[in-house]
Amino acid sequence: MAKLDTPALEQSFLNNHGKNPIRAWLFSTDHKRIGILYLLSIGFFFLVGGLLGGLMRIELIAPGETIMDPQTYNGVFTVHGLIMIFLVVIPGLSAVFGNFFLPILIGARDVAFPKLNLLSWWLYIFGAILAISSQFLGSGAPDTGWTFYAPYSTETGSNVVLAVFSAFVLGFSSILTGLNFIVTVHRMRAPGMTWFKMPLFPWSLYATAWIQVLATPIVGVTFLMIVAERLFQIGFFDPSLGGDPLLYQHLFWIYSHPAVYIMILPAMGVVTEIIPTFAKKHIFGYKAIALSSLAIAAVGYFVWGHHMYTAGMSGTARWFFSFLTFIVAVPSAIKVFNWVATMHKGSITVRTPFLYTLAFIFLFMIGGLTGLWLGALATNVHLHDTAFVVAHFHYIIFGGMGFAFFAGLHYWYPKMFGKMYDEKLANVAFVIIFIGFNLLYFPLFIIGMQGMPRRYADYLPEYTGGHFWSTMGAIVLITGALLMIYNLIIRTRKKGTPAEMNPWGGKSLEWTLESPPKEHNFDEIPTITENPYNY
Amino acid sequence: MAHSNPLLEHRDDEGAKIGMWIFIFTEILLFGGLFLVYAVFRNQYSEDFHTAAFELNAFVGTLNTVILLCSSATVAMSITAVLKKDRKTAMILLGITLVLALVFMVNKYFEWSHKIHEGIYPGSELMADLERGELLFFSLYYFMTGLHALHILIGMTILTVILFKVRNGSVNDDKIVLLENGGLYWHLVDLIWIFLFPLLYLIT
Amino acid sequence: MDDKNKKHITSYQTYGIVLVGLLILTFISVGVTWIELGPLTVTVALLVASVKVFIVLTYFMHLKYDSLFIKLMVAGIFILFAVIIVITFLDYWFR
Ligand SMILES: [Cu+2]
Repeated sequence: MAKLDTPALEQSFLNNHGKNPIRAWLFSTDHKRIGILYLLSIGFFFLVGGLLGGLMRIELIAPGETIMDPQTYNGVFTVHGLIMIFLVVIPGLSAVFGNFFLPILIGARDVAFPKLNLLSWWLYIFGAILAISSQFLGSGAPDTGWTFYAPYSTETGSNVVLAVFSAFVLGFSSILTGLNFIVTVHRMRAPGMTWFKMPLFPWSLYATAWIQVLATPIVGVTFLMIVAERLFQIGFFDPSLGGDPLLYQHLFWIYSHPAVYIMILPAMGVVTEIIPTFAKKHIFGYKAIALSSLAIAAVGYFVWGHHMYTAGMSGTARWFFSFLTFIVAVPSAIKVFNWVATMHKGSITVRTPFLYTLAFIFLFMIGGLTGLWLGALATNVHLHDTAFVVAHFHYIIFGGMGFAFFAGLHYWYPKMFGKMYDEKLANVAFVIIFIGFNLLYFPLFIIGMQGMPRRYADYLPEYTGGHFWSTMGAIVLITGALLMIYNLIIRTRKKGTPAEMNPWGGKSLEWTLESPPKEHNFDEIPTITENPYNY
Repeated sequence: MAHSNPLLEHRDDEGAKIGMWIFIFTEILLFGGLFLVYAVFRNQYSEDFHTAAFELNAFVGTLNTVILLCSSATVAMSITAVLKKDRKTAMILLGITLVLALVFMVNKYFEWSHKIHEGIYPGSELMADLERGELLFFSLYYFMTGLHALHILIGMTILTVILFKVRNGSVNDDKIVLLENGGLYWHLVDLIWIFLFPLLYLIT
Repeated sequence: MDDKNKKHITSYQTYGIVLVGLLILTFISVGVTWIELGPLTVTVALLVASVKVFIVLTYFMHLKYDSLFIKLMVAGIFILFAVIIVITFLDYWFR
């Protein structure tokens, strides 16, 4: 890893103390090292998934076949979804920053079950290997989309079993992380840190952890049923075996809608940490933000049916799900209001993490509001399965979770690695990424409304303009992302300056530690007397 | 990689227990997904479920219920024994639990092989001729009892490990949380069966 | 660790009585199937099963002596599952 050339690095957790570095990293139970293992592996899969997305965009640059045939395209969007959902955004923030900062923020030396934590990283890698090998082994790459809808997934000749089983393993890894975090938050808070003195990132991780624990098993058993259906002809979903394909959709979305909150809640938590630091102001509505995380987790569990409006559900179920979908928007909106109110009359310094945070709020609002268009019954029927949906969830997942991830990365980077990156270059990369992102996804809203279906390798000529600009956006976005990676990895390694303990003037506990922290975080466990945002 | 720092000698039995309970919740919801499938299909095909359930041997089902309940009691008693520092009784009780679990599996084996012998198994020609609901009932029967049997095997492995730890004293009246958690897991297996039993065998 | 020395020990007898109770309930639910109750059969079977589960949770799984937090969590799980069933059936009942 980083070269140990400063005294702070000498006694930091990054120092291997002469042990075999591979063993010292791959079998470390230190939550900080596990967080960095996740960062590297998730970063890698993000690049792979992004590359696949780029290939899809190139195929779509003009009507007709450009670089791949439709079957390959089906395979590519399936892998893109599988990797991005199960390997990148679901573990994403909680596995990287949650692992690294949850214990620190609550004044603990590690998570409750450090060995289990390491196990869940290994399960993640095992699941990742299965997911990747499903593309090459057996009878061809899965072509079902990441949703594995039955009966196609039980009948297609492609290698669905391995892909589905990999998702099962990854789910298990996610459950173990969630379990670990719940117990950590309950049992390991520093003396004096009551629930309402806990910072808001841990709050959001806590709510997320409950969803991970309570929603994942349902999709786990559903995936097992798909495996049983393919291997043993136990037909729960395939009508020709007596089953009910709509039941699959219910079971799948019982997990997969809450999964959206597994992605976005920690993102909201990161943003909530960043805003007060740069506005130099106490967070507005602390309790409302804390409790709205729980409210989102609770209500978000029961809205899964809004993915199934056109599938043939009963009218009663449709209005019920539509109604609850609108309800769940309320706590999200509460958070947005609170963030804006925190900035109001603050003394704001605009630094790189804050730029990403502002972009997050902007993009998340577009994603969230278009989500209401889709959550409403009447408009959904028109927009269902169009590129509009693709644009909507990329605004939420990439514009929301992704930008929050970049915000967190730039915010905590000096703490994690003890070095400061080139901020000017980081800002340039931000601008390029932001422009590229909007150029890539905004046109999809428009052609989606005009009727461009999703998951099609080809299209009618009238959609050419939108697709062309979207592909241009992809190129810009990838350029910006590469610049960011260059800045954070290569340039900082050579030219990064040693980071201070508290480069942004934050008030939470991580800023009381050295950059990077010592192996056991705290020499002495702190006693907490006040709220974490007292500016 | 083992930390020798005394500051990190962290032990939290209550935390371990909460962790185990949360794991049990995930198991309950794992089977919960299956119970949901059962509920939906039973609601649609209650007549077929009714006739199909006649095919299952309620006697074997009842016998297995009794066996599992007894094994749950012996695990619970083994905790009492360890707390009373009666290591020998604890080992005997855990041994009985394992034997009962084995008997359960043997019963299950004969039950399944009998059904398969009759030609009722997923993918068989006979199954394809059944009513839709009957087909689903047997699919559920195999999947649910199969997954449950898998949990029995996992539970047996865990309890075997614990038995050895009781023997060498690393589980004792002061450090008992491992046995308690293993016991919780075993009771969970029992809990699932308590619902499976009436839903599969008693709806005739 | 605070409760290390006052750990509650349940006696063998208690477990014995609980086991006998559970067995009796099992035989009751088997016996009920011989009485013609129509659609009520399933209801009775599930009711008895719920009572059994409650007993297993309380005594075998030691919930009676556990913290309120654990009790609430367990109750929450069963409520959650019930709500999932009801919401799914909003679809199936009203098709
Ligand atoms: Cu959704």
